[in-house]
Amino acid sequence: MDAIALDRVRPRRAAPRWRDDPQALARALLAPAILYIGLLVGFPFLLALYYSVSDATVGARVFHFVGLENFRSAIENPTFWQALRNSIVFTVVSQALVVVLGKAAAMALYRPFRGRALVRFLILLPWVAPISLGAIGWLWIFDPVYSILDWVARALHLIGPDAWPIWLGQPHLAMASVILVNVWRLAPLATVIILAGMSAIPQDIHDAAAIDGAGFWRHLIRINLPLLMPVMLVALLFGVVFTFTDMIVIFVLTRGGPYDTTQVLASLAFFTGVQGGDLAGGAAIALFLFPVLAAVAIGALTLARRAEVV
Amino acid sequence: MIAPGQAPPGAAERPRIVPRAEASAPAPRRGDARADADPAAKIEARALSKGFAEVSAVAAVSLAVRNGEFLVLLGPSGSGKSTLLRMIAGLETPSSGDVLIDGAVVTDLAPRSRNVAMVFQSYALYPHLTVFENIAFPLRARGVRGRALERRVLDASAAFGLEPLLRRKPRQLSGGERQRVALVRAIVREPTVLLLDEPLSNLDAQLRATAREELREFQRRVGTTAIYVTHDQVEAMALGDRIAVLDRGALRQVGSPHEIYEDPADTFVATFIGSPPMNLVRTAGALLGVRPEHLLPRTHFAAAEPITALPVRVGRVEYLGADRLAYGTLDDPWPHDPVVVRWPSTIAAALRAGERQQLFARDTDLKRFDPGTGRRAQ
Amino acid sequence: MRAARRLRRPLAAGGRFALLAAFVAFCAFPFYWMLITAFKSTTDLIEVSHNPLVFNAPPTLAHVRQLFVETQFGQWLLNTLAVGVAVVAITLVLAVPAGYALARLAGRGGHRLAIGIFLTYLVPPTILFIPFARIIAVLGLQDSLWSLVLVYPSFTVPFCTWLLMGFFKAIPPELEEAAMIDGLSRLGAFVRVAVPVAISGVLATVIFTLTLVMQEFVYGLTFITSSSAYTVAVGVPTFLVRGDVYFWGAIMAACLIVSLPIAALFTLFIDRFVAGFTVGAVKQ
Repeated sequence: MDAIALDRVRPRRAAPRWRDDPQALARALLAPAILYIGLLVGFPFLLALYYSVSDATVGARVFHFVGLENFRSAIENPTFWQALRNSIVFTVVSQALVVVLGKAAAMALYRPFRGRALVRFLILLPWVAPISLGAIGWLWIFDPVYSILDWVARALHLIGPDAWPIWLGQPHLAMASVILVNVWRLAPLATVIILAGMSAIPQDIHDAAAIDGAGFWRHLIRINLPLLMPVMLVALLFGVVFTFTDMIVIFVLTRGGPYDTTQVLASLAFFTGVQGGDLAGGAAIALFLFPVLAAVAIGALTLARRAEVV
Repeated sequence: MIAPGQAPPGAAERPRIVPRAEASAPAPRRGDARADADPAAKIEARALSKGFAEVSAVAAVSLAVRNGEFLVLLGPSGSGKSTLLRMIAGLETPSSGDVLIDGAVVTDLAPRSRNVAMVFQSYALYPHLTVFENIAFPLRARGVRGRALERRVLDASAAFGLEPLLRRKPRQLSGGERQRVALVRAIVREPTVLLLDEPLSNLDAQLRATAREELREFQRRVGTTAIYVTHDQVEAMALGDRIAVLDRGALRQVGSPHEIYEDPADTFVATFIGSPPMNLVRTAGALLGVRPEHLLPRTHFAAAEPITALPVRVGRVEYLGADRLAYGTLDDPWPHDPVVVRWPSTIAAALRAGERQQLFARDTDLKRFDPGTGRRAQ
Repeated sequence: MRAARRLRRPLAAGGRFALLAAFVAFCAFPFYWMLITAFKSTTDLIEVSHNPLVFNAPPTLAHVRQLFVETQFGQWLLNTLAVGVAVVAITLVLAVPAGYALARLAGRGGHRLAIGIFLTYLVPPTILFIPFARIIAVLGLQDSLWSLVLVYPSFTVPFCTWLLMGFFKAIPPELEEAAMIDGLSRLGAFVRVAVPVAISGVLATVIFTLTLVMQEFVYGLTFITSSSAYTVAVGVPTFLVRGDVYFWGAIMAACLIVSLPIAALFTLFIDRFVAGFTVGAVKQ
């Protein structure tokens, strides 16, 4: 090759500027969010870890390292075990109900009909209402004296005129009540997520199944559910996160009572750490939540991706 | 007359197309030029390679596109044709090799600094902008403002009958209208080269023929050098000044549609181009290729023409209106390889299943390929 | 067989209707109950012999008046709105670029990073508010709305990054490629094409952030002590619950006043919102 030609086509290998380099750009665009998350989630999280191995209390200025003492005392506390059991019951039962209800409602809402927008608006209300106020609404519904549920049940002669069920004051009834409120709060979100997933399934598949002679149940079990699996897992994941970490419903309705029968880990951590002033003990209890959630989240996301067929 | 196992005499007489662009010697229009210093080359790929996760998508492709030329990159899916186009556009970074535009290396330049235009398979019209703003977009990005901007958009739209559509959004356009908007948006900035990535594949068959014609007419009018990617050989033959055939990342042949069809450089090109594809017959030491329409009755050849007898046992006949296709096997003394015969309806002779037809082909229509490499044998 | 099928259709339609009616009643009944409670006179409310489902005495605005006159509800609404706007702004500034980078630029590592960011959303407030309380104290932000502005993005940013990643993944990459060829930089293609095309997704994120902020209770309860700095979710239960005495009417009115507009807004964007939700989780 001659020198002249080489000179003419001299490479213009200018270093690409960051605005065009995907990697540099990715770093620049991600940095603020990651910095923020690092400072305001990562750092406090580490602080929480530190508290959990110290003797921190609300008033104290100086903490001492106490090793796993807080975890030990948490584990030795029967209330902790009761709260863990309650957390699991509360989460599993309400999520099972949420998913079944959500799926059924989504199927009923799938085909357009007059007034669907209104129905959707009404269904969404529980999800957007501030839950602290929504829960107080339920407190009024469950009121020992003025409960509308009692009144309706008496009017329908389901219970006698002198029966006064104390919805939030009897152990099993209290758990059922907080589960009911939690389902009320989370079913709308599950419904719309599942509805979106259903709309994403091509109509051809439904038609093919109908031509192949699949009836309602067969269609549901062989076609609908497998195709919806990823979306339903996502709905489930969010439901579990909201349920497991949230304490507002229980804080407002029962404060964990009666006799800690509705106490869950999140509320126990709050009562111990903030209201009881035992920061270290509260942090130790709260930390039990995280590994469980992380495992559930990773599991659900992996399954959702694996189950993805369309 | 060629006996089985004997080389067809025509094969040695003609210069062969070597499937490397540097040596795509018989340049049809602008004389012989080596790509290394091709003064007419508008766009050049030099030993361009791209690997994705250890899979080589494009392997050392060298190719020169001449000024004003319409070059088609043709290949099956996975052949690397789109990757090659995207490397020229600057949307992919090559693993090695260089892209040259107007003689300057642009390999490390961002797409916007190359002055290339591209029409995508989906047209990629900006859904949030009107047709006017879509066409104005590349001009605005280059700092054209005010009256100058408006004039250029309006001129370009007027030239291609888009004025009535200027205030619409892309979703309100038909498929053909979208293509026109995409093309006008591409050329309004007067690019060095127009890159087209299967722009017709989203149209239905009927619209596609019209759109193809419109596209070719469009390119002739604006005179912009164009590189067009497709997997459809009919499109390639109809549109291309030259066709570059790719397979599994490698360039197999570059040439005019006529060269590609009549003188395939290897068995891949021979069997990829043409429908039905070229018949390949095993002979001693070579593969012998013959196009289905070249197998004819004796009466179609002059007495003095050098021809070879290729008897065919017909298995099945398809009547396609303008053509008849016969599927069968070659008969003794040839190996019983499957062959397809294609006769236009102008040939009256009968073609019946089960019969043995004494067919012939011109010796010049018999192409020899190396059975090991698949390349044309000299 | 045919008769059975002919019967099945109206049965299925009836079943569907009954199911929907029951579900709507379950979801909406508490709000009907709130509505009627908010406008009932107190004597009507507590008279056990009355039918509680209807007005037995003329409706009254006493509870709404109590809410606005006797409490600082108006101030709380403004506080909530101010915190909401500030948190939305911070969230968008951080999450839009991050969501885009994860969807388009970060390559194979991006997926793992996306899951990592999502996991930070799972760190429950019950873990974080104890250290947060210290940090807020050190920064001298106790009892200031700024403490909420600082802390709320800790749960909105991870979640919205995840949502926005889904919206950006749903945009055909060709649009940005076309923009780059048309003369924009990679960054320009993001700002001038990807963001405008994803705008309805961004709006859905805004509304979602607003609902999260409006709902939040634990941090507000912990960091804010003076009534003039309360948000609605904290102020109403704190002020209208005095020991065992609940001002039901006023509480219900407050709940309705904040829920109805947000629910209406949410209905408009619910499809976009859900699309981002599912794409982000499922698509690679």
